[in-house]
Amino acid sequence: MNDREIAETRKLLQRALATQRRAELRRDLWPAMLQRLDQQPVRVPWWDWALLAGAIALFCVFPGTIPALLYHL
Amino acid sequence: MDLLARFAAGDLDAFESLFRQYQQEVFRWIMRIVRNTATAEDLTVEAFWRAHRAHARFDAAKGNFAGWLRRIATNVAIDHLRRSRTEVALPEDLPAIAPLPLEDQMEMRSQIHSAIGKLSPNVRSAVLLALVEEEPYEEIASALGISVNAVKVRVFRGVRILRKELSRLGAHV
Repeated sequence: MNDREIAETRKLLQRALATQRRAELRRDLWPAMLQRLDQQPVRVPWWDWALLAGAIALFCVFPGTIPALLYHL
Repeated sequence: MDLLARFAAGDLDAFESLFRQYQQEVFRWIMRIVRNTATAEDLTVEAFWRAHRAHARFDAAKGNFAGWLRRIATNVAIDHLRRSRTEVALPEDLPAIAPLPLEDQMEMRSQIHSAIGKLSPNVRSAVLLALVEEEPYEEIASALGISVNAVKVRVFRGVRILRKELSRLGAHV
């Protein structure tokens, strides 16, 4: 492959695909952005998941801790 | 506190100002990669949403918001190409191919779109930005987060695949 082949391919692509340099937005996207922000799900921090996983592991290894925990709750 | 520092601190008004200032630019950049207006609009919102989520990671002292945002927008566009790899149609690209009869023009476009569909999202974005949009290699490299040489390698690989695919489809290249 040489520069001539790259130039030929460039020419071919430009003949078939229009440049999007001057593409214009049809509308203001801020309302859509606000909607997206409102949809933002409540995110559980990773350490909460880690704590839950640790607690489950503890209960599996030492099931006797379950009544002790319930007693203290 | 300036606008970028306020954005980095999570100020929604600052985010809105930056959104209004950069939405057109981000939209155009994404259009260059996905080449569909409705999709580019959705992805523009997605890019700003990711930027908003990552506001705390933005270094306001460096101040290159446009570059940071362009990189996010590029990732969003490439993620979209990955999700929709089977889609080949690029319906909004219809410049005149003057010397060819209409039927041949349509066939040529169809072959080119089909060949482009064979490129991986990373290679496709580099090829479209470098060869169709004629963006400088430095800008493409910055947006893709890779070196200029890596961009050249992707373009080179893309051209090789395109030529092979077009030959297979019977197009004269």
